[in-house]
Amino acid sequence: MDKILYLPSDEYIKVDGDTGYIGISEYAAKQLGAVTYVDMPEEGDTFEAGEEFGAIESRKAASELNSPVSCEVLEVNSELEDDPKLINNDPLGAWIIKVRIQNPEELDKLMDSEAYADYCAKRH
Amino acid sequence: MDIKQTCLHGHHTALNAKMSPFAGYDMPIEYSGLDDEHAAVRTKCGVFDVSHMGEVDIKGPEALRFVNHIFTNDAAVLADGQAAYGMMTAFDGGTVDDLLVYRRSENDFMLVINAANIDKDLDWIRSHSGAYDVTVIDRCADFGQLAVQGPESEKIMKDVLEIDCSDLSFYTFKTLPDLTIVSRTGYTGEDGFEIYAAPGKIVDLWEKLIAAGVKPCGLGCRDTLRFEAGLPLYGDELADDITPLEAGLGMFVKLDKPEGFIGCEALKKQKAEGLRRKLVGLEIEGSATARHGYEVIDMDGGTVGYITTGYNSLTLGKNIAFALVEAAYGTLGTKLQVKIRRKLLPATVIKKRFYTPQYKK
Repeated sequence: MDKILYLPSDEYIKVDGDTGYIGISEYAAKQLGAVTYVDMPEEGDTFEAGEEFGAIESRKAASELNSPVSCEVLEVNSELEDDPKLINNDPLGAWIIKVRIQNPEELDKLMDSEAYADYCAKRH
Repeated sequence: MDIKQTCLHGHHTALNAKMSPFAGYDMPIEYSGLDDEHAAVRTKCGVFDVSHMGEVDIKGPEALRFVNHIFTNDAAVLADGQAAYGMMTAFDGGTVDDLLVYRRSENDFMLVINAANIDKDLDWIRSHSGAYDVTVIDRCADFGQLAVQGPESEKIMKDVLEIDCSDLSFYTFKTLPDLTIVSRTGYTGEDGFEIYAAPGKIVDLWEKLIAAGVKPCGLGCRDTLRFEAGLPLYGDELADDITPLEAGLGMFVKLDKPEGFIGCEALKKQKAEGLRRKLVGLEIEGSATARHGYEVIDMDGGTVGYITTGYNSLTLGKNIAFALVEAAYGTLGTKLQVKIRRKLLPATVIKKRFYTPQYKK
């Protein structure tokens, strides 16, 4: 199984070698409610760890999306353009961008699933 | 300052509502979900706790004259048991608040004001009441308020609450023997009722409605519903520096009232000179939502205004917004752009009543 790591701002990265799939956590998807739009970058864009790469919107609010690691965008999930609610149905399946991870050491600074679950539990 | 709670706070948390601070109160934003609640009000019925709203009584021999002095609409044309929507404006024509005025008799009125403006409004009202033989009474703590909204509201009121409202036409009200006030008013663009009563009574009515399966609705869909119906929200479309005329609410401003009202002269002047900016509807291409404060830009790249409210409309399936723009850009069909984060999205000026209200006249 792929390793899934999280930022405190609720983005995840599923790691498969030097490829990563970045999306938002189930917790964040639930908080946001029905997703109406995902503002995505272009293929080839590069981001630093923690840098804003896009935004996700529900009727209530727009939230910025931050990159968990320094990366180059290999692909954006174009299915989300037509059907952004895929993120509500399956947040871990509906990744937003596929990236090349440029600096694997940065992964060590992220929370694993267990630490993230604890973190979410304390936010009520 | 501590955050305040309405009389139904415990009921909201028991229903697992998403809560958020609004106008100093910890208020329910949504329960089952904004879209679901929005649809319930458009197609069936929903109930809102709006106990945060403020109530002020104006009583005394000169109550009518005083209300008309601070109110843009004309309270003199109201019959007893009738209500009117309008604004209080400052001397410069800027909007102090928008409100409902209920006329019990010419000596007895109730004003219903926005929660966020209660202190400001009370100061304003009291500071102008000195020359009139009236008493200004803060009733905020005496009343909770529910809004029962949607096409099935009349039936729900009768079947569940045993309140027959068939005798109430739009913008009329009655006081029940237990002093509960029921008006055929609302903020959703649907038929519906607002109920003012002592907090204990409001809790009792809420419990009956929820037990009967009426959908609890939060402030999230209250905003999307009022927006679709073209209704303003103070803080977005109205503010101290926005006049009712700029907001397109001229039909609620009676510039020809015999004794005028505070702000009347400034508004007459603004009307005579022509409005410099006006509130318009925008239809935006794409799905990114234009939110309050986003810039509106003309085709040459100049900023000509800003978004006041925007949503991907649930009922209409369109991406729409209200914007306050320079008057020259306010004509229907004008092409503009909205800056959403780093992108410029094409937009067209359309009528700002996006959804035709389904009021029972």
